[in-house]
Amino acid sequence: MKTVRWSIPLAIFVVLVGFLWVGLGRDPREVPSPLIGKPAPSFALPQIHSDKPLSTAELTGKVYLLNVWASWCVSCRVEHPLLLQLAQAKIVPVYGLDYKDNPDDGRAWLAQNGDPYTSSIVDLDGRVGIDYGVYGVPETFVIDRSGIVRYKQIGPLSVESLQQKILPLVRELQK
Amino acid sequence: MIPELGHFALIVALLTAIVQGTLPMLGAAMREPRLMALARPAARAQFLLVALAFGCLAWSFVANDFSVQNVATNSNSELPLHYRVAATWGSHEGSLLLWTLMLGGWSFAVTLFSRNLPAPMLARVISVMGLVSVGFLLFLLFTSNPFERLVPAAAEGRDLNPLLQDPGMVFHPPLLYMGYVGFSVAFSFAIAALLGGRLDATWARWSRPWTTVAWSFLTVGIALGSAWAYYTLGWGGWWFWDPVENASFMPWLTGTALIHSLAVTEKRGAFKSWTVLLAIVAFSLSLLGTFLVRSGVLTSVHAFATDPARGVFILVFLAIVIGGSLALFAWRAGKVGLGGAFDLVSRESMLLANNVLLVVALASVLLGTLYPLFLDALNLGKISVGPPYFDTVFYPLMAPAAFLMGVGPLTRWTRTPLPELATRLRWALGVAIVTALIVPFLLGRWSLLVAFGLFLAFWIFATTVVNLRQRLSSSPRHGLLAKLRANSPSYYGMILAHLGIGVFVVGVTLVKGYEVEKDVRLDTGESVALGGYDFKFLGVTPGPGPNYRALTGSVEVRKDGRLIETLAPEKRIYNASGQTMTIAAIDTGFFGDRYVSLGEPVGTDPTKIDGAWGVRIYLKPFVDWIWMGAFLMALGGFIAVSDRRYRLALKTRAARVFGGAVGNVGAD
Repeated sequence: MKTVRWSIPLAIFVVLVGFLWVGLGRDPREVPSPLIGKPAPSFALPQIHSDKPLSTAELTGKVYLLNVWASWCVSCRVEHPLLLQLAQAKIVPVYGLDYKDNPDDGRAWLAQNGDPYTSSIVDLDGRVGIDYGVYGVPETFVIDRSGIVRYKQIGPLSVESLQQKILPLVRELQK
Repeated sequence: MIPELGHFALIVALLTAIVQGTLPMLGAAMREPRLMALARPAARAQFLLVALAFGCLAWSFVANDFSVQNVATNSNSELPLHYRVAATWGSHEGSLLLWTLMLGGWSFAVTLFSRNLPAPMLARVISVMGLVSVGFLLFLLFTSNPFERLVPAAAEGRDLNPLLQDPGMVFHPPLLYMGYVGFSVAFSFAIAALLGGRLDATWARWSRPWTTVAWSFLTVGIALGSAWAYYTLGWGGWWFWDPVENASFMPWLTGTALIHSLAVTEKRGAFKSWTVLLAIVAFSLSLLGTFLVRSGVLTSVHAFATDPARGVFILVFLAIVIGGSLALFAWRAGKVGLGGAFDLVSRESMLLANNVLLVVALASVLLGTLYPLFLDALNLGKISVGPPYFDTVFYPLMAPAAFLMGVGPLTRWTRTPLPELATRLRWALGVAIVTALIVPFLLGRWSLLVAFGLFLAFWIFATTVVNLRQRLSSSPRHGLLAKLRANSPSYYGMILAHLGIGVFVVGVTLVKGYEVEKDVRLDTGESVALGGYDFKFLGVTPGPGPNYRALTGSVEVRKDGRLIETLAPEKRIYNASGQTMTIAAIDTGFFGDRYVSLGEPVGTDPTKIDGAWGVRIYLKPFVDWIWMGAFLMALGGFIAVSDRRYRLALKTRAARVFGGAVGNVGAD
């Protein structure tokens, strides 16, 4: 009995180590979006290259990526080459959401860095961004044929995130 | 060459630490004096080697050797010299090297101040410290080599994180680590005692000064970190319950409990296995803190580059060191025997209550810190635990602890007659209640929380006066000075540390109760009134700094139309990284601070600086008492260890042990 009592600290510690071990494999910064599995919030916003509004209704029926970017966003420059490659490969259309940005600055930025987007819409006051729960630009949403959000990436895209998560998911959804 | 020399020194230090960690321990088990005699030289050599490595890294920083990866990432040729030195511990690798250096330093100190320790005890203590060193040196060499070269060398460094370019960076980490790592001594004494089967008053007397010194350093280190956050983060907070803060606070709580239970073990032979457990837990929490900070399992404002391999390494190390110690505890603690009996109202019971409260507080902080991780691991969702939880749980636990702190020192060992105690405390209770009722009125607004906080603080002050008076009047000597001298430094240290808690409570209570803040948009020449002062914004002027460009605001403070001072809050844009830092302007005073920080320029064009700005103004009554209290606590600790009895007692007791007269297992 006595040894049992003296072993309590050890037992607590063993449980703690178990949790820490599991915790090591997790990313505490990854916050799941409540939008996953729900319809993408609808919008109808002017496009960056034409004043004709683009709405969610026109996008239903195909799988697409919605990439939130801005000319003021530094880490967007990091993921930009990947987006350009993705656009060249023509695997999936990428739509841009120019978030809280002056359209002139946005156009200049695209002219300078290349334009990977099928089209970009301008969210000048950030309202659509709020609907989408944008809190760190860049963010990328994967949206399926019926307009349901399937995945959200916060922060810049990377080769790993594209190869391991986004592209397999896109292929699955396109079947 | 110098970085390679440092790297080589680390490798030799590892080999020395392996010798230090094994042979003396083996010698103690085999009663072989020649092996035990290796303890001192091995520990000293290991310390000097790590110090050499540390010196090499510091030299690389000072000499701007950007062919060293660590220097290229964390320094810059424009960085002022003192920050280049401090940048040595600004990175993950450098701070681990500092950890290891401190561990070596404490081992070195043990070899110096242990002439009276029995040889087997010393051999075991030094060996345990050596084994911990082995773990850290392996960690450094295999996952976090600070001397990694960069090929080709960088032309310029990426600069030290601007947040760290602060005098706080020069002092806070070394002092904090002194404390953290200092608990390794108490830990090693505990393990050595468990191994040797000697857990008695002598052991407690040996551990006490080491624990108190480590605790004092930790107290100063935490206080400095808190003060640093207060003036650099620009929003006037001094404690955020951030996981990394908690990581330093948990060993502090345990260390505080340990100091008190060691007193009981030394004086009365009681609480032995509990004291040993606390000694193990205090250091384990230091290690756990290192793991939490370095592995990135929790989100924190202290963002360090994290690497899964590092996390796995520390976790395995943690499992071996802590798991091994607790297994040893489970195996041996049952054999140490119980201490003397005591009554419900006695100093023992007071200290027991203190320990229970501190440990419950520790458990609640630990739970709050790890709760997000627990839930995530069980797939129950992602949450974060913030100040509302900690405030709700922590204050109700600390309030009774503060109250008992007034009673405890007035009680006697074994038993105290209740009526006698009540007579002594009547006066103090009266003073505390009256003050608590009246002072809030004088400060302008009465509130229950302020009254309660002040009651606790004045209760501590008043009972301390009662205690001191009683000590002096019962002294047989004549003359106040002689009476004062009759008490030991450890008594005065205790008194001072307790007064420090009182001062701290005053600070916390008044700043929480009466602080005012205003977040306003001010045009040049515009002014705003707050708490009887007028703050007039005179605009912002740009100017150069050593490695940044500064935008310096100018705010005139007037009271009743009379100019008191001009505050100059700054925005700094660092050249190398382009990062912005806010430097608040603070007028520090005994009765409180006036605190002004610059927000952002308000208006359509953010590059236009001569327009209106967002300005944050705070009045923080008595806020500096928080840190003053902490420094008093630490000062009390340092005074307590100057007590001659630790040195004298060591000699006489050790002489008896060498004589083989004492067989101490369960002898109490």
